[in-house]
Amino acid sequence: MLVYFIRRLGQSALVLVVMALLVFVGIYAIGNPVDVLISPEADLAEQQATVERLGLDKPLWEQLWLFLVNALGGDLGRSFVHGEPALQLILDRLPATMELALVALVFAVTVGVFLGLWAGLRPDSLLGRSIMTGSILGFSLPNFWLGLMLILVFAVYLQWLPAGGRGDTVDLLGIRTSLLTLDGWSHLLLPAITLALYKTSLVIRLARAGTREVALQDYVKFARAKGLSAARVTYVHVLKNIMIPVVTVIGLELGSMIAFAVVTETVFAWPGIGKLLIDSIVNLDRPVVVAYLMMTVFIFILINLAVDLLYSLLDPRVRLSEAKA
Amino acid sequence: MNRTLAVLLGGALALGLVQAGTAQADELVIGVGSEPSAIDPHYHNLGPNNALKEHIFDGLIKQDAQQRLQPGLAESWEPLDDTTWQFNLRQGVTFHDGTPFDAEDVIYTIERVPNVPNSPSSFGIYTNAIESMEAKDPHTLIFKTPGPRPLLPTELSNIAIISKETVADSNGGDWPKTEGFNDGSLAVGTGPYKFKEFVKGDRLVLTANADYWGGAPEWEQVTFKPITSDGPRVAALLSGDVDVIDNPPTQDLPRLESDPEVSVYSGLSNRVIYLHMDQHADETPGVKGTDGKNPFKDVRVREAVSKAIDRKAIVEKIMGGVAVAAEQLLPQGMYGASMDLSVEEYDPEAAKALLAEAGYPDGFELVIGTPNDRYINDEKVAQAAAQFLSRVGIKTGVDASTKSVFFKRRNDFEFTVYLAGWGAGTGEMSSPLRALVATPDKDKGYGGTNRGRYSNPELDAKIEEALATLDDAEREKLLQEASELVVKDYGILPLHYEVTSWATRKGLAYEPRADQYTMAMSVTKAD
Repeated sequence: MLVYFIRRLGQSALVLVVMALLVFVGIYAIGNPVDVLISPEADLAEQQATVERLGLDKPLWEQLWLFLVNALGGDLGRSFVHGEPALQLILDRLPATMELALVALVFAVTVGVFLGLWAGLRPDSLLGRSIMTGSILGFSLPNFWLGLMLILVFAVYLQWLPAGGRGDTVDLLGIRTSLLTLDGWSHLLLPAITLALYKTSLVIRLARAGTREVALQDYVKFARAKGLSAARVTYVHVLKNIMIPVVTVIGLELGSMIAFAVVTETVFAWPGIGKLLIDSIVNLDRPVVVAYLMMTVFIFILINLAVDLLYSLLDPRVRLSEAKA
Repeated sequence: MNRTLAVLLGGALALGLVQAGTAQADELVIGVGSEPSAIDPHYHNLGPNNALKEHIFDGLIKQDAQQRLQPGLAESWEPLDDTTWQFNLRQGVTFHDGTPFDAEDVIYTIERVPNVPNSPSSFGIYTNAIESMEAKDPHTLIFKTPGPRPLLPTELSNIAIISKETVADSNGGDWPKTEGFNDGSLAVGTGPYKFKEFVKGDRLVLTANADYWGGAPEWEQVTFKPITSDGPRVAALLSGDVDVIDNPPTQDLPRLESDPEVSVYSGLSNRVIYLHMDQHADETPGVKGTDGKNPFKDVRVREAVSKAIDRKAIVEKIMGGVAVAAEQLLPQGMYGASMDLSVEEYDPEAAKALLAEAGYPDGFELVIGTPNDRYINDEKVAQAAAQFLSRVGIKTGVDASTKSVFFKRRNDFEFTVYLAGWGAGTGEMSSPLRALVATPDKDKGYGGTNRGRYSNPELDAKIEEALATLDDAEREKLLQEASELVVKDYGILPLHYEVTSWATRKGLAYEPRADQYTMAMSVTKAD
């Protein structure tokens, strides 16, 4: 297990470095951020002075070297736009994205598994078939369109929910969260549903397929024959056995939900890191983009580790095979 | 599990209902398309930052909605001789934390301006003309400039005054840091609103400064919410989340205007959209079929291009009427704009004749460069211009790219003809003339954005003379002459002036600003 862990860590560090280099050089090639940032009124001398102030006059290899040296010390550079440490900017915004992703995840898993189970147990019923048709819809609706429609219906016409932004926040152990206020939830609901819909459909299909397979297994028949209640058979024996594929996929999807909730965050003006990324790309704010993608890789690594650990909890066979290896 | 969800859902819905009904009478929420990059008023010379600083801070001089100069922290100012200015400061003004305002604060501010670390666009361009400063008494300030500097008051109107007593010791004797302003501890000004809270990307909250020297402001509390996408910003207004939005997209304007719950306010801006043409050398990247010659060095070709473009059609069809065809680089009525110029008539026959006369009876091939996310409908305007040019025989294509790529390529002289815009920050004619058409000269600070490298010694001399003339009436005449010079030489082709719009909920009014700033001070109750 330890060897495995160390090997994973080594691979991850390599991915991190290669990715940082690619992004660094890529953005350098696009253009000079000063061209975008500086006031057009600035004369040629001031344009030159700004380039020097931001360290952009140095040759690429020197900028890269400085970046790598500083990065080793945990300093990923200062945002060209905001003048603050890039990592700090991202960490400030991370809680907003995390809570959005988590709520969407919980929604996707609970609703998805429940509906998937239902559809799997009664595949030919009208409801079962409607669920499956609905999930196709969930797959195919584009995110931004759904977001705009939800805004149109719930915010503009019915005026039940706000159209965007984040609600009141409270400090919880130094992290600003809107999960503890009603206002926060009212702002969170629409973006979370938008973000969750695709994942929900995915989970429904996974859960249904799993259920249909598991429901025919001998141990399920045996459990029924033993006289266990239908609820116990479904929620213990079947549910536990369909969770493995669900956990794998959701683990991967959580990473992409955190890192690339860009569209949802933009439509709902949600102050998360996705919006920060877009703004930073537009302004060629290289330190922020590099730091962002490095952090994304880091999150993916963490999630993959967590998924592996969850496997062994859910499936004793995984524990056994690893103990042998 | 679905029971919990139902409870949550119901709770949130009920809350939303309550929320929609609780818009406070004296609270204002403004949805803005772009947010300031910092609270520090000297960090980034950028529209949203400059609009924000007007709330928290004051300059010695302020610009009104038409960008005319008005007394701010200076009650009056006058040149004592060609190189000396006296500013008489307002008495009895205090900063938000109670520290008094005097000449020392001004001197400290102006010394700090060029010393902001990591500034991506320094305000030093407005203060580098000041050679020395002296406080004759706590409320009288003398500025010395190396030569005559008639624009000094205009330049100083861009500088927000900070409190020396509050910020001087914040960074161990060093200049105060931008972070200190962003977290609010140093964001202490004399302006009509006080800083309350800034969460990047989420909200910026200000509260009224009841002791403001100009009278208590209209709103108890003002919240700015950045909503960068156009559609959601309009939705936020329609749903009642926000009371005012800036820059509603042009295609939504007819709908908003017909909505009884919404009012739309529009005003002419100081921003001109223009075509610039490479007039530097015979080699030019975007032209084919001219035997290696650069046709734009010939004034007849430039005139032909100007006559071939139907500006009024562009305004009507592309801009939906929300723009004004341009005859020069700053709208008439603003300082230094010539009253004798008129919009070029659309005349394709004359354009063809001019091309033939210049030796291009069959035209040539051309590529126009344009950004596609910087100005209102920028790419569409370039497409329209290209079609007009193709009609007179110049087979024109459009090369559109995102602004970060476009500006780099433009600054590397990769376009023969490009479309861009210029907003006159000073609100007078010397700003576009100096930047766009004066011969590039690093030492004089001329031609910073003259990427067509147009050069006309007569024009340069005229601009230089104007910028050394203290007498306002005389200077205006010189600027008007300079403007006529460049327009008649077709050195640059103005297309149209942007019109800026704001939409408010019914019952509110917005006074449009030529500088395109979105400010709470411009919002009033319309009854």
